[in-house]
Amino acid sequence: MLLLGAEFIALLLIIVYVGAVAVLFLFVVMMLDVDFAAMRAGFARYLPFGTLLALVLLAEIVFAVLAWRVGGIETAARAAPVNVAVPNIEALGTVLYTRYLFIFEAAGLVLLVAMIGAIVLTHRTRSGLRPQKVSDQIRRRPEDATRNVNPGVGQGVEL
Amino acid sequence: MIGLGHYLAVGAVLFVMGVFGIFINRKNIIVILMAIELILLSVNINLVAFSAYLGDMVGQVFAMFVLTVAAGEAAIGLAILVIYFRGRGTIAVDDINQMRG
Repeated sequence: MLLLGAEFIALLLIIVYVGAVAVLFLFVVMMLDVDFAAMRAGFARYLPFGTLLALVLLAEIVFAVLAWRVGGIETAARAAPVNVAVPNIEALGTVLYTRYLFIFEAAGLVLLVAMIGAIVLTHRTRSGLRPQKVSDQIRRRPEDATRNVNPGVGQGVEL
Repeated sequence: MIGLGHYLAVGAVLFVMGVFGIFINRKNIIVILMAIELILLSVNINLVAFSAYLGDMVGQVFAMFVLTVAAGEAAIGLAILVIYFRGRGTIAVDDINQMRG
């Protein structure tokens, strides 16, 4: 996709898939402690059906490609024509932050909901922990916790 | 010279690999999620290839949104997987037909 002139999408895909998705999968595989050798046991059972389905799908794609006729490109139908003089990132940002601003915000909302959902789903309150209670610490006053005494010499302090 | 057809071929191969991975894998949900990611990636490749071919930026914008949805879907799917494993101790697909409520 670098060759296509879509530099931003090319690097974005690499960064997101390597940095986020692959690491997420690695963490889950690490956490789950699953015997993957046993998981591969039923491989041969579903192989014919899967192969059949893949072949059907491939045949459909091949038929579609064979029936494909390249017509003239409707230049008037372009929603955001590529200007060769403008860099890819600039053009993408211009389109993204003007016409597709609301969809962009909706994408941000999707990510936010996914993040909150993942946290809510996997969060668990463990018993036996003694976490810091910040509100209790702030609510505590010197008058409640301390006492001023003025003991005489040799009398000591009664607690 | 790499043309549109090459990109579409890569996309088609990735798509068929993803569908194949879903149907052949009746045991492991993690691999099914990875196969879904593959399918979405092939869709992205097609979008960007057609975007460059038609000279329209909208395809790349849409590829970004597909990427967003793919990332969110992976996060939610893996979170569901983790809590399911916590409750059952297994993630075999055959056992999920007992899911209730």
